[in-house]
Amino acid sequence: MNLIADVRRTLPRAAWWAACLCVSVVTLYPLYTMLSQSLKTPAEATENPPTLYPHGLSPENYTALGNTGQVGVWQHVGNSLVVAAGATLLTVVLATLAGYGFAKLRFRGSGVLFFVILATFMIPFQAIITPLFSILHGMGLSNTLLGLALVYTTFQLPFGIFLMRNSFAALPPSIEEAALTDGCGLVGAMARVLLPVAIPGVISTALFTFFASWNEFFAALILVTDEAKFTLPVTLTVLASNQLGTLNWGLTQAGVAVTAIPCIVLYLLLQRYYVTGLVAGAVK
Amino acid sequence: MTETAIPNVTPSRPGTAVPARPRGPRLTTGRRRQLLGMAMVAPALAVVTVFFLVPLVMTFWMSLHEWPLLGEHQFVGLANYIKALDDSEWLNAIRFTLEYTALITPILFAAGLALAFLVHRESRAARIFQSVFFLPVVIGFAAAAYLWLYLAQPGLGPLSDLAVRSGLGSRDTNWFATATSGLLIVTAMVVWKVAGMQMLLLLSGLQSIPGELTEAARIDGAGRWKVFRHVTLPLLRPTLALVLVFSVAGSLLAFDQFYIMTNGGPSNGTITAVYQIYRTSFINFELGYGAALSAMLMVVLAAVSALQMLLLRNSDHS
Repeated sequence: MNLIADVRRTLPRAAWWAACLCVSVVTLYPLYTMLSQSLKTPAEATENPPTLYPHGLSPENYTALGNTGQVGVWQHVGNSLVVAAGATLLTVVLATLAGYGFAKLRFRGSGVLFFVILATFMIPFQAIITPLFSILHGMGLSNTLLGLALVYTTFQLPFGIFLMRNSFAALPPSIEEAALTDGCGLVGAMARVLLPVAIPGVISTALFTFFASWNEFFAALILVTDEAKFTLPVTLTVLASNQLGTLNWGLTQAGVAVTAIPCIVLYLLLQRYYVTGLVAGAVK
Repeated sequence: MTETAIPNVTPSRPGTAVPARPRGPRLTTGRRRQLLGMAMVAPALAVVTVFFLVPLVMTFWMSLHEWPLLGEHQFVGLANYIKALDDSEWLNAIRFTLEYTALITPILFAAGLALAFLVHRESRAARIFQSVFFLPVVIGFAAAAYLWLYLAQPGLGPLSDLAVRSGLGSRDTNWFATATSGLLIVTAMVVWKVAGMQMLLLLSGLQSIPGELTEAARIDGAGRWKVFRHVTLPLLRPTLALVLVFSVAGSLLAFDQFYIMTNGGPSNGTITAVYQIYRTSFINFELGYGAALSAMLMVVLAAVSALQMLLLRNSDHS
C-alpha cells in the first residue's frame, strides 16, 4: 500500500524532472558546442566526425580572432560597445524625459503625441530602411557608428517611453506634491524623488536597448559598409567568409561566443528586470 | 457598463467640465508645467520625427519614383507597384515568406505552450528551468544562425553526426542543398531561439489566472483536460492572441537567418520578402522599387498589428 502510494506520488514528479532535463539538454547543447568548438585546436575543429569535447584545450581561436579581417575582432567588440552603450544612454535619457512629460506634465496634444509614438510599434524598421539609408547619407551619417546608434535609439524609444510613462504614472501624485512643498522645483522633484522610485523601469529600458543594439544585424549590415566599423553580428559574416579555402569552424564559433556570452552574462545578472519589463510591455 | 449607463452626456473635453480655477499663481504653475512637459517630450519627438516619420513618408514618396543610388530620380507614378504585381522574384519571395510563417507559427506555438505548462509551478527548480529555457532568446539571431550553421554542417557538425548515427542520413548529406531541408534547419534554429520567449509570455498569462478558479473546477469534478479546455484556455485567450501575432509578425520579417544560413539559396529558393527588398535596394540599388516593395510589406504588417490591437482591446472589455 505504502509503496503504491509512494510511486503514485513520485512518478509525475520524476516524469516532470525527466522532461525538464531533456528540454534543458536540447537548449544548452548548442551553447555547449559553441564553447567546446571554440576551444578546440584548429586541427581538431575540422575533424570529421566531430569530437564531443576538446581533447586539447586551446585558446588559439580566440587569439586568432585578433588577426582576422582588416582590423581584428577586438576593434569590432569596441564598435559594438560604443553603438550599444550610446544607443542605451540616449534611449534612457530621452525615454525618461518623455515618459515623465507624458505621465505627469500633460499638455495640450500630449495624448495624441503619445499615440503617434506608440504607433511606431506597428511599423518595423525593415520596412523603412530604404529612405533611412538615404536620409543618413544626406546627413553625412551613413557609415558611422553615430548614425547606427541613432537608428537603434529611434526604434527602441517607443518601448522605452511606454515603459517609463507607465513607471511614472504608477507613482501617486502625493510623492511629487510632497517634493514640491519641500521646496524642490519641478525638475528637482523628478530627479531626486521620482526617478529613484522609477529605477526598475530605467533598468528594463536600458537592458532592452542594449540587447537589441548589440544583436541587431539587418540595419548594421546595410547602414555600415566600412569593415573597420562593423558591429559584431556583421563581423561574423567576415569571419565566415574571409578565410582561404575551408571554413575554420573553431574560429567562427569563437566569434559567436564573443558575441553571445556578454548577453548571457548580462541576462543572468539582471533577468528580474528583463522579465518584468518584457511582460509589462507585452501585456499592456 | 457604468459609462454607457449615464444617459445623454454630450461628449466634452475633460478640461471644460472642471470649474474655472481662480487666475493667479496656480495658473502660471500649470502653464509652466505644460511648457516643461513639452520641453521634456521634444527631444524624443525630434528623434522619432527625423528617423521614423520622415522615412515613413519618404517610403511612399520614393515608391512613386525611379530612384537610383546616384543620379537623378524620376517620377513614374504607380509603375513600381504595377511592376511588383508581375515580378516573379517578388511573388516567389512572398510565397516563401508565407510558407515559412505557416510552417513555423504552429510549431513555435506548440513548443511555447508545452514549455509554459511544464514550468508553471511554484518551485525553485521550476524557476531555474524557466531561466534555462529562456537563455537562447537573449542571443542574437546572427550568432544563433552561425551556431546552427555549424551544427548542421555535413560531416563536421554534431547534428549531422547525430543523423548519421541514427541512420537518418549519410556523412556528406548537405542539408542546405535543397530549399526544403534548408528551411527545416532554419526552422529548428528559430524554434530553439524563440520558443523561450513564447514560453515566458504564455507563462505570465497562466500566472494571471487565479489558482482558485482551476481548483474550484477540479473540486466540481472536472478532469484535467476539461479544466484546461473550459477554464484555462478561455482565460488565456488574450495571451494566446498576443503570442500568435508576435510570431506571425516576426516570421513575416524574417531575414537574418536566411541571409546567413541559406544565403537565399539554393537557386533563390529561400528568399524572404525582406531579403528581396534588401536585394532590390542595396544589391541592385533600385531604391524606388525597393521602397514600393517596402510599402507593400508595411501595409501587411500594419494590418497584422491592427489585428493585434483589436484582439487586445476586445480582451480588455470582456
